[in-house]
This record gives sequence, structure tokens and C-alpha cells, in this order.
Amino acid sequence: MIRIPCPFCGTRDHSEFSYGGDGSIQYPALDAPVQDWHDAVFQRENICGVQTETWQHVNGCRMWLLVDRDTMTHEIHDVRPAHPGMAKVLGVTS
Amino acid sequence: MSASRLTKGGRIDRSRKVTFSWDGKTFEGFAGDTLASALMASGEQVLGRSFKYHRPRGIMSAGVEESGAIVTLGKGDRVEPNAKATMQELFDGLSASGQNAWPNVRCDVGAVLGLFGRFFSAGFYYKTFMGLPPFEWGRGTGIWMQYEKLIRKAAGMGEASREADPDSYDHVHAFCDMLVVGSGPAGLNAALTAAQQGKDVILVEQDFELGGDLLNQSDPAVETQRAELIDALQSAGVRIMTRTTTFGLYDYGTAGLLERVTDHVTAPSQDAPRQRFWTVRAGATVLATGALERTIAFTNNDRPGVMTAAAARTYLNRYGVLPGQNIVLCTNNDSAYVSASELAAAGAKVTVVDLRTDVGADQLGAMQTAGVAVKTGLVPLKALGGKTVSGVQLAREAGTGWAAAETLSCDLLLVSGGWSPVVNLLSHRGAKPAWDADLACFLPASCSENVVMAGSATGHWQAADCAASGIAAAKVAMGEDAQTPTLGGWDTPIKPVYEVRLPGSKTKSFVDPQHDVTCDDVRLAHQEGFVSVEHLKRYTTLGMATDQGKMGNVIGLALMAEAMGKDIPAVGTTRFRPPYTPIAIGALAGRNVGTHFKVMRRTPLHDWNLRHGATMTDAGLWHRPWYFARKGETINDAYIREATTVRETLGICDVSSLGKIAVQGPDASEFLNRVYTNAFAKLAVGKARYGIMLRDDGMVMDDGTTWRLSENDFLMTTTTTGAGRVMVFLEELLQTRWPDLKVHICSVSDQWAGVSIAGPQTRDVIAACMEDPDTVSADNLPFMGVKKIRLKGGIDGLIARISFSGELAYEIYVPSDYGEPMMDLLWSETEPRGGCLYGLEALGALRIEKGHVTGAELDGRVTIDDAGLGKMASTKKSFIGSTLRQRPELLREDRPQLVGIFPKDRSQTFNGGALLCKHGDNIGFGEGWVTACTHSPALGHWIGLGYIAGGHEAWQGKSVTATDPVRQGDVEVEIVSPHMFDPKGERMHG
Ligand SMILES: [Zn+2]
Repeated sequence: MIRIPCPFCGTRDHSEFSYGGDGSIQYPALDAPVQDWHDAVFQRENICGVQTETWQHVNGCRMWLLVDRDTMTHEIHDVRPAHPGMAKVLGVTS
Repeated sequence: MSASRLTKGGRIDRSRKVTFSWDGKTFEGFAGDTLASALMASGEQVLGRSFKYHRPRGIMSAGVEESGAIVTLGKGDRVEPNAKATMQELFDGLSASGQNAWPNVRCDVGAVLGLFGRFFSAGFYYKTFMGLPPFEWGRGTGIWMQYEKLIRKAAGMGEASREADPDSYDHVHAFCDMLVVGSGPAGLNAALTAAQQGKDVILVEQDFELGGDLLNQSDPAVETQRAELIDALQSAGVRIMTRTTTFGLYDYGTAGLLERVTDHVTAPSQDAPRQRFWTVRAGATVLATGALERTIAFTNNDRPGVMTAAAARTYLNRYGVLPGQNIVLCTNNDSAYVSASELAAAGAKVTVVDLRTDVGADQLGAMQTAGVAVKTGLVPLKALGGKTVSGVQLAREAGTGWAAAETLSCDLLLVSGGWSPVVNLLSHRGAKPAWDADLACFLPASCSENVVMAGSATGHWQAADCAASGIAAAKVAMGEDAQTPTLGGWDTPIKPVYEVRLPGSKTKSFVDPQHDVTCDDVRLAHQEGFVSVEHLKRYTTLGMATDQGKMGNVIGLALMAEAMGKDIPAVGTTRFRPPYTPIAIGALAGRNVGTHFKVMRRTPLHDWNLRHGATMTDAGLWHRPWYFARKGETINDAYIREATTVRETLGICDVSSLGKIAVQGPDASEFLNRVYTNAFAKLAVGKARYGIMLRDDGMVMDDGTTWRLSENDFLMTTTTTGAGRVMVFLEELLQTRWPDLKVHICSVSDQWAGVSIAGPQTRDVIAACMEDPDTVSADNLPFMGVKKIRLKGGIDGLIARISFSGELAYEIYVPSDYGEPMMDLLWSETEPRGGCLYGLEALGALRIEKGHVTGAELDGRVTIDDAGLGKMASTKKSFIGSTLRQRPELLREDRPQLVGIFPKDRSQTFNGGALLCKHGDNIGFGEGWVTACTHSPALGHWIGLGYIAGGHEAWQGKSVTATDPVRQGDVEVEIVSPHMFDPKGERMHG
């Protein structure tokens, strides 16, 4: 079981969260070409090591979070709000 | 083995007799006994029959590693098979029985299977049933099906109850600074060290008493020391949990614990759960899990009366049972000598047989004083005797092999083949144990997490070293420096020996007695090409029994190494998996059983619906009315009447379970415009609009209506089952992609009670319920109009004129607590007009007639065009999914598209899920499938919805076969437009 330190709620069991996806994806504009959308939706790296993921604290504060997690060890290196404004307020922009 | 209870000594309470039953007979033991010690004291020797060969088995150990005394506990619905007699605390009324034997374990007809042993060697089942000659590939499965019942009866474990478990189980969560597992000298000292520094410590012990190996000592000073330590722990505030097994270690210091609350209680309180499943999150973990004594493989090493040396000491010193009178103790290390002298002091004749020839003079002197004979340079070759051991033939080293030597008579044959630290929990964390050739055992590897091992689990064989290592481990876990004592602690080094056999002989010497895996099985697996230990394990089932090979795994690895001509480290070891010892499925389920198996959501109108005759059904997590049967009606009678009534007069349906999301803020209309396929930016205040949302990949995600209550205030409705998914997606969009949009969303699904009222007389009924009847006149509330309303009695709410049934229809929402008064009011006007309440079944019939889609059609594989709703996708704006829905594959004209389906012979029916195939070509996936079907009251025959390649256009006027080979067979059907009733929609505009 992973334990995720939510910046709003504190450290909680991962069963309170739901996994979103690859947090490094920059979704293109709605009218972007089909190739851009194809890459954003379907192309994924299978990283062995630290990757940035989105998780939602769905049974908590419902905030979407960016989580840097090691896929080999489950070690979590950093957790910050996905909303840039929220991250700025907390002083954890990266 | 002729065991006897001593008149004094041990930790049992001779003043408290305990009565229990074994195989239907009544026995007596004492408080403090285990089932094994009480049976041993009563002279019972054969306690089990083995898995494959039905060989007699007795007590082999005194703990969790037990591989012989596997019994069934309890009776009736409380029966628990495959329990270890060595772990079951004795209590008044305990009922236990032997298993895997008929008529009983002492006289088992199935033992004849032992004569055919060569047929049951490694891989027997695979070879016989999985397609080796004479059977072809794939045919083996069929043969297995035929023989399975016979084989399962002959070879197997105890039988579980087929009745529901009457006990309850709890889930408990806990946090601590340090979790200490095991309460031997290392664990007690580790816990005390941390607690005295102010740490919040939980100490967990699987036994019913604290102390670990301290409980097996005869020296009264040890007991004094143990009592002092426990007092100190209690004063320091350590939370102590006995009868609790740490069965698994997980990420982030999370441990899974199983606490046995009433398994030792004669008449448990009704309020107490049988067991508790604890999830503990610990800042640091110290594993002082001890070490288990190994056996040696030799012929008939599974005979009742063959036991580990340390176990004999436990029975003697802890339970006051002298396990034999004439004892031969075979060892290859120093640890067994103390057992020998104590057994001799208790009155047994003891002979030590040591493989080593360099035993120290001190050791030999002590044996002489104790009256113990010592023979060196010898090992056991074969246990003699039938059902129980009567002697042992020894062997001596001859070159690289063994030669037969003298025979000794005995009634108890003790074996010490060395010690295996319990590294299982650390192995759960992925830390691979490393072989230590000096100590001849696997030692724990270091772990990157804050999990520290201590005591004999790290290879310290002396109690004082274990205590010091416990203190050191606690300090390391707290981030301090600490000095650990040197490993080992024997005067003369161990001389490893794993198997003894004469060259070329075939014998039954067991590596894993519980699964009847022999040394020959391991060699056979190697001959057949298995070189990885993980494969060896699965092929031979070595270590896959309920004891996970705690006594024999190392022997299996050694044999594999020998067969491969390698060292043990080169072969490695298998990874241990949770649970350390078996746990009941009931404990995992906890309270999530019966009606609590899954979450159940009730609408605010739930009780009202039940009072008015609703039969309920599941819709996702929700309970919704299915139909409202009148006296004598079947479900079919009821839904057909309800749907007919809606079309003729009116009906009321609870739609409170629809998802409702408040979308508010200055950018709310822009937000909706981006997530819906159709235009929402210019939706007028006081209007509702039906909308469809796609996923990023262009497939339909959900649909529903959204109502503009004011400039910046929208109420979005979703499907019942899609509500959660939609909410999560909207939150993701706002927080991660469009943080600049000033929009706030909030789920208000539970805040509103909602009904749909449909049918030609609906407007009259609603008007009659209004404080101002004019509110709902056709002019004041046109089609798709939304209004705030006040019902009679001052109930404020919202109304929208929207229709799912195709009739003149409205949805009315009031705050949840006003749901019942609203229903009373509406029903008081509906019932006299001959209207009805209707449920999901009638709702389904009405929407299928209209060709309206639900989750059955929008199953995640469907584009908006497939669903026949392509005209709702705006071409003037971009929206979520607007780009990827244009992928060429999704635009193909032969994609399956929504159609209506009639049976060619209108008196026939067909099933949902049937495949639509060309005539005479009903093999494969067909051309399409049926998603929904119903009797149509309006059309007077069976109808359906479905998808078929190319849609209505391609199949217009043609018929196909609806094939359902499992249930119904073939039905000829016509493909029609999905809009099967009132295609122009005139009724709802009325
Ligand atoms: Zn949170």
C-alpha cells in the first residue's frame, strides 16, 4: 500500500486516491491537429524509475495532485497540487 | 514415541483442567497447553494423513512451521481445515479432528496409494492431464474434468464448511512510531528501548504468551528476567498484542496483522469479533521474528515420532510433556545439546548422534555429566518402524557419499539440521536474503526502507546476543548508531547436511511433508529441465503448502544446487509472499459481507417507494424501483401496465439517482461549451438542453440535460451510473487543463429529490399541485423550459419540461427532505386520474420505443455518430473529443450503428446480448448485437435496440438472424429505424 502525502490533508492511504495518468502530458488546445491529440492521449512512456503522475484525492479534498513516484520502489519524492494557482499559494511550484 | 505428562514443571496450569475432543473422543489437557501438547501428553501419535500418499503423520515441531499435525478445528459452520495443532491454544470444548483420511487417521484405507507412489511424482498431474502423449494438446483438460473428482477426494486437504460463516470479523487501523514483530529476547528489548525514548510502540506476538524462546527455558532466572521485561514494557506504555500474526509487510511501513480474538474462548461474547484484521502504519519496523529449526531429509523422515530437537525442548519445558523415553537426537550443530541434557534430566534415555567429529570437550563433558551418550561422525539414514518410529539406521560419510552404519532403537527421533532465520516479512518487501556459508542459512539483506531485523532472525544464536541485537535494531530504526554483536554463537561450527541416502537408492525422504514433495521429486524436476527455483517450486509444489515450506525449503534449494553442480547462493531462493501464515477470507472481508458487501445508495424517496409497492433493483450502487406490481401481477404484467398507463394517462418515476452537478461561475457557460459536443454558450436562462460529452479519445462518455438557472448558475444532470466519472473528469479539466476558467463545481446529487412525471395528463396534475397553477401552462413553461416553483404547502423546487419517454413530461426537483411531501402531493392528484408509479422496467420500455440511448448503448466503444446522434456534434466549435472523433477508423460507414429491431414474426421474442448475423452465417462475431429489448405496449410486439454494421441504411428492409446459441437459438429479425414510436416527437410537444 502506498501512502501519499496530500498537501491539503496530510499523509493518507492510497485507497483514498484514484490514479489519473501521466502527469507530464501537456494536453493540446481543443482545436489542435489530430497528431497532437493522438500523441497526448495514446503515447505513453513505460518508465522504470521516477515518473510524474496525476492522482486525485477523490475520497478526501478531491484535489488533483502531481505525484513524483518511483515505479520500481513506490517511493514518492514529491506531491504538489496540479492546479498551478494552488501550487503557487502553497509555494510548491515546480 | 511414548510421551508422558510430567508431574511438575512447565508453564501449564495443572489446577485448570481443560476438556476437548479429538476425532470424536474426549480428552483432557491443561490451561496453557496447545492442542498438540495436549494430544502428545495423551499419547496420540498419528494426527494426520499426508496429502498424496496418505502416510501417517505426527507432530514434527512446536510452532508455525508444523508440517505434520495438520488438523481440522471446529464443527458445522465453524469448521476450519488445515490448522496447525501446534498453534491452537487449548480451551474447554475445543473440537478437532484428523483430515484427509477414511475412516480415520490411524487406519486409513487411502494409504494403499503410498504403494503406487511412483505414479504421483513431481508433475504427475501436468504430465497426465495436460496433453503429453498419449493425449494430444488440449485433450488433457477434458480428461482432467473426468478424473478431477476422484483425485480431489483421494489427495487433498481438509474440507471447508459449505455453510455461511456465522462469525463476524473487524477491520482496525492503527498508527505507531515503531512496530516490533516478535517478543523473544530481541523483540522485548527492541520495544523497551524505543518506548523508553518516548516512542509509541506496538509489540506483536503470534503466540498467546510473550517471550518467544524465553518460554522454552528451564532456568527460573530466565522467567524472572522475562517478567521484569514485560513489566517494564507495560510501564513504558507499549501497546502489546498477543495472539496476533504479522502476516505481511507492505510499502511505507504498512503492516497487515491478524488478531485472533475468540479462537481460544469457549463461549465468546456475542459482541466480540472472531478475528481482527489490523492495518498498521509504522514509522519504523523491527522484525525480531526468530529462526526455525530445519530437518534433514532421510528415508521415512516423516514418520510420527520424528521431530525437531528444539520442539522436544518446548514440549518439555513449556508444556511439561516428556515426548519420549528412549530418544536419539541427530544433529550437525551445537544447539541441540541443551535439549539432550534437559531431556535426560527429565528421565529419558538420550543418545546424541552428531555428524561432526570435532565436538568440543566442554560439550562432551556436559553430556557425560548428564548421562547422555554421544556418537560422532554419524547421521540418520532411515527411520525404522511402521506407523510410529521404533529406531533409526545411521550412516557415516564414505567418500563423497554415505555408507550404512549401525542401527539404534528409539521411540523418539529428534533432528536438528540447522536453523533458518525467519526472513519472510523482509522478503515481502523485495529484499533478497543472502546465503551465509558459515552459519549455513539465509540471512536478511538490508532494506532501503526503515525495516530493521534483530535476534536469531539475523543469525544470533545466543539469547544475550539476541537481546543486544534487539537494542541495537531499535536504535538503528530511530536513526541512531548502534553496535551489533557478532553473528553466530556456537563453539563448534555447523556442518551442513541436507539429505542422506545411499548411492543410487530410491527412497521416500521428504523435503516438504505437507505437500508430499520428496528429494526424488526435486531431482526429477531438474532432470526434466527445470533450472530456476521459482519453476522448481511450481512444478513440484515444494513450499506451496499452508506452511510455505518453513521446515524444508532450504533442503529443496540445496538439492537443486547439488543437481545443478552449483552452490546454494547461485541457485538463490524463492521470494516469500504474504500471508506468513494462512488467514481466513472472512478476516479480509471484515464487515463487508451480506448487505454490506458493497455500498448501497438509497434515494430520498426509497421508503416512500417501498410503501407504495416498489420492487427494487440495483442500478450501479443505487437501489431504484424496478416495478410496482399490483396484486397478482408478474413483473411483465406490471411493466407493461405501467408503460401503457404513461402513454394513456400519466406516471411518476423516481429519478433522484441521476447525477446532479452545480456548475457555477462567470466562465460556467464557456466551460460547458467545451465539454459538451453541442452549443451551450448561448443557452438562455430558464432553458434546459440535452447534451452529450465525449472522452478525449472521441468516444461518448455520458449524456444528460443541463439547466441554466441564472446567468452564472447551471444545474447539470448526468446518468445514474456516470455521475462519479463525470464529476472526476470535470474536476480534472478545471484543475489540470483549464485552471484559468473561473468555474466552481459541486456535486448536489444527494441534495435533491427528483421525479419524472410523464403522460398526456401530466400538466393537469402538476398544475393542481402548484400554489400558482399558471406556472406550468404551455406558454409559461414551453418545451425545454426551466423554472423555480413553489408547490402547495410551500415546497420550493425546480421544474424542467423535458422528456425521456417521449410523452409530455416534466422533471421536478425539491430538496431531499421534502421528497416525501412532494410525492404525497403528486400522488394525491395522480392516483384519482388513474395514473401510476413506474419503475426502471417500464422506463426502459418507453425509452426503447423512442430509441433513446442509455448505458447499454453508450458502453464506451461508441462514437456519437454510432449512436445516431451525430447531428449533436457541433461543427462550429471545438470541444473535448472533437479532434480524435475525426480519426478515419471512427468515420467508417460500416461501423456498427444504432438501429431498432423487430422480430420478423411479431409473436416472437429475442434476447439482449444476441448477435446479429447474416442468415446462415452465425459463426464469429456477426454483424452486430442487441443492446436492449422489451415488449412494446405501444406497438403490441417485442422490439429491441442494437448496433449493426452500416446501420439502418445498410439493412433497411432486410432481415438478419438474432443468434443466441446458449439460451434461445436463432430468431429472424428485421432492422428498422431506432425511432420506433412517434418518430416525429409530436406527443412530447403537446
Ligand atoms: Zn487531500
